[in-house]
Formats: sequence, C-alpha cells, structure tokens
Amino acid sequence: MSTSSLNRSGFGSPVPLLAVLASGLVGIALALVFFVAPEDADQGLSQKIFYFHVPIALTAYACFGWGAFKALLLLWRKEERYDLESYVAVHQGTIFGALTLATGSIWAKASWGHWWLWSENQLVLFLVLFLFYSAYFMLRFSIEEGPRRANISAVYALFGIALVPVSFLAIRLAENVIHPTVFTREGPQMTGTMFFTFCVAWVAISALAYALYRLELLGKRLDSNLRELREALSS
Amino acid sequence: MTFLADVATLARKDLRLELRARDTLPAMLLFVVSTLVVFRFALPEGADDVAAQGADDVAAQGLLWVALVFTALLGLARAWAPEREGGALEGLVLAPTDRSAIWLGKSAAVFIFLCALDAVALPAFALFFAPVNLSTVAGVLLANLGICAIGTLLAAMAAASRTRELILPLLFLPLAIPLVVGGVGASVSAEPARFLAFLGLYDGVFAILCWASFEYVVSE
Repeated sequence: MSTSSLNRSGFGSPVPLLAVLASGLVGIALALVFFVAPEDADQGLSQKIFYFHVPIALTAYACFGWGAFKALLLLWRKEERYDLESYVAVHQGTIFGALTLATGSIWAKASWGHWWLWSENQLVLFLVLFLFYSAYFMLRFSIEEGPRRANISAVYALFGIALVPVSFLAIRLAENVIHPTVFTREGPQMTGTMFFTFCVAWVAISALAYALYRLELLGKRLDSNLRELREALSS
Repeated sequence: MTFLADVATLARKDLRLELRARDTLPAMLLFVVSTLVVFRFALPEGADDVAAQGADDVAAQGLLWVALVFTALLGLARAWAPEREGGALEGLVLAPTDRSAIWLGKSAAVFIFLCALDAVALPAFALFFAPVNLSTVAGVLLANLGICAIGTLLAAMAAASRTRELILPLLFLPLAIPLVVGGVGASVSAEPARFLAFLGLYDGVFAILCWASFEYVVSE
C-alpha cells in the first residue's frame, strides 16, 4: 500500500481538527442563543429554536446541492471517488432534513399548537424531499455495487436538485402563504444581535455538517480499504 | 432525421407487442375502473348529501388524480418488462443510435398507453362521480407527458435493481406530487391557466433532465 492511500485512509486527516472546531462553534452558538440574543417580543422562548431550525434547513439544502454537484462530476469525469462523496453528502442531507422536520414540528407545536401543519410550506417541502431521498437509499442498496449503481445514484441525486424548486412552486400553488417570512427583500427583520446570533449558528451547523461529512467519508474509505486488504490476504 | 425514425421504430415495436400480447393495457383499464368503484365505497357515509350541495366535484376530482397516478404506476412497472424478459436492453444499448432514442421511444409508447387509459378513466369518472371539464382534460394530457418522461426513466432505474416492483412507487410518488398539485389545481381552480402552465413547466424541466441523463442509466 502506498503512502498516498495510507493518507487517504485517515492518517494526518483534518477530521479531529474539524470536529473540535465544529463542537466549539456549536458551543459558542448555544451560548449566544440562550444568553446574548434578546427574547422575541411575540413568541418568547420558543422563538430560540429558529436559530437551529433555519440553519439546519439551509445546511440540508447545501448537502443535497453538494451531493448533486458531486453526482454531476461523477457523470462528467467518471471518477469513482465522486460516487462515495455524493452518497455521503446525500446521507448527511437526509439526516439534517429529518432534523429540520423534527425542529420545525416542535416549533409549530410551540407557536400554533399543532405538531404538523400543511400550511407550513417549507415543512411540507422537507417532507417531500425526505421521502424522495429515503427512496435514494432504497434504490442504491438494491443495485449491485459497480459503475451502474454509481451512475443511477448520480442521476437520481441530480433529479433531487431539480425537484426542490419545482416542489416549492407546487406547494406554494397548493397553499396560501402564511409562513412567517423573517427574510424579506428589505433585509432580515431582526435586530443586530439576533442576526449575529443567527449567522454564528448557521456557521456552526455548517461546520458540524462538514465535519460529519468528512468523518463518514473517512469511515467509508477505511471500510473499503479494509475490504480490499482482506480480499488480498485471502487470495 | 434518423433519430426520429429510430424513436418511431422503437415506439411502434412496443405498441405492436402490446397489440399482440395484450398484457398491460387491459390490466390498467380494469384497475382504474376497479379503483374508482372502491373510491365510491371509501367515501364516508353522507357523501350523497355533500353531492346534493354540489361540493362533491371538488373532493371527487382528487380521487380521479389518485386513480390515474396509481394506474400509471401499474403500467410503468411493466414498461421495461419485454426488454428484460427477452434480454434485449443490452442489444438496444449497443445499437448504433443515440441512447436517448430508447428513452424517447419508450416514453412515446407509454404516453399512448396513458391516453388510452384516460379515454376509459375520464368517461368512467364522469359516469360515477362528477362531470369532467375541459381544463381537467388539458391537465390530464400535460400530466401524461410528465408521467411518461419521468416514469420511463425511473422504471429503467428500478429494472436495474433487485427489488424492481417494490422500488418503483417509492421513486415515482415523491416526484409525482407536483403533478398531482398541478392536475388537481387545474381541475378545481377557478383560474386553471396557472396550474396548466405549472404542469407545462414541470414537463419541460424533467423531460430535458431525463433526455440528458437516460444514457447514464442504461450504460456503465
């Protein structure tokens, strides 16, 4: 085994550093959310979940976008490593999507008294996306490993990124818009401290997602290296 | 022009197979009528009172779309069956033509199946439930385009997997949600033009995407 593949399998990887950075940022964000940001005049304490709900949702979109980008690279350049990278990004996106559904549901219960509201466009969109990307895993794990599976997964991941705006439009058409719009064309409707807290929380969640992405990638690569080694030893 | 000729040949092959074997379309027609009958009994007691008030149209139009989507799914599950059973897909992929012609030919055949399905489903729906207006017909035709474009590609993906019949609905239904929104909107809304335009947009976006990506689904 060459040194480069040793490196790729984890030695000298930035993952521990990323993990420390992400947990530090999440800690700072938590402190800002609970001790610095002022309480919302309307919604009180329950509004604080906004600082996690929205960054988690944005991170989920970013993961899906990243997965689609890697899928495009795979179809374009035919390099095997993009398959795993696309898969891991979609996997992280699905986890963050599920978290978005959970936090959104909690927020809806606190604000409107219902765990689920069909008038919540973003939440409905995430439900559709969650179903769509859950099917991605079903599809992926029922195809034999190989270039065919890589291609099909990539095409499906690309469909996902087209589905986001189309579904969003569909849900807007289907429902009247009552979601509280925090961001409008005139800029964020928040005080300076709240906006700062939101930004820190967003950076923290993104860092967390990236650390998890690298960690999972590392684990999966170690797995496949180990399998190769075992096959080489047994033959 | 050879591209279009190839597409026409492939679509004609599917139609001829269906005319001779008749194993998909009759099943779809029977299924859609049975589904509509089941819906009649699934509606809660007192649906007749609602009918008297004229509000039944709105609720029933949704049933039409559920029936159409699930019946289309039934047909799509069989879309690649002749190729798979005969082991012909490898041959088609090796044929000296653009691979998207395979997708377009199959989609054209599926589109014709879906139109035949609607020719039965819409009159049956009008007979059992509520009259069908012109914008519903337009919505159904536009939705057919989207269903055959997306469905043919997803069915090809599903055919490559171990659990084909099981996985196709999982792949198809999340993508079909916008079609149902557009279709039901076109049926019940006072201004159906917006919904029809949305269906057209959906068809355009996904047809281009499917056209561009089909090659990767069937080749290695």
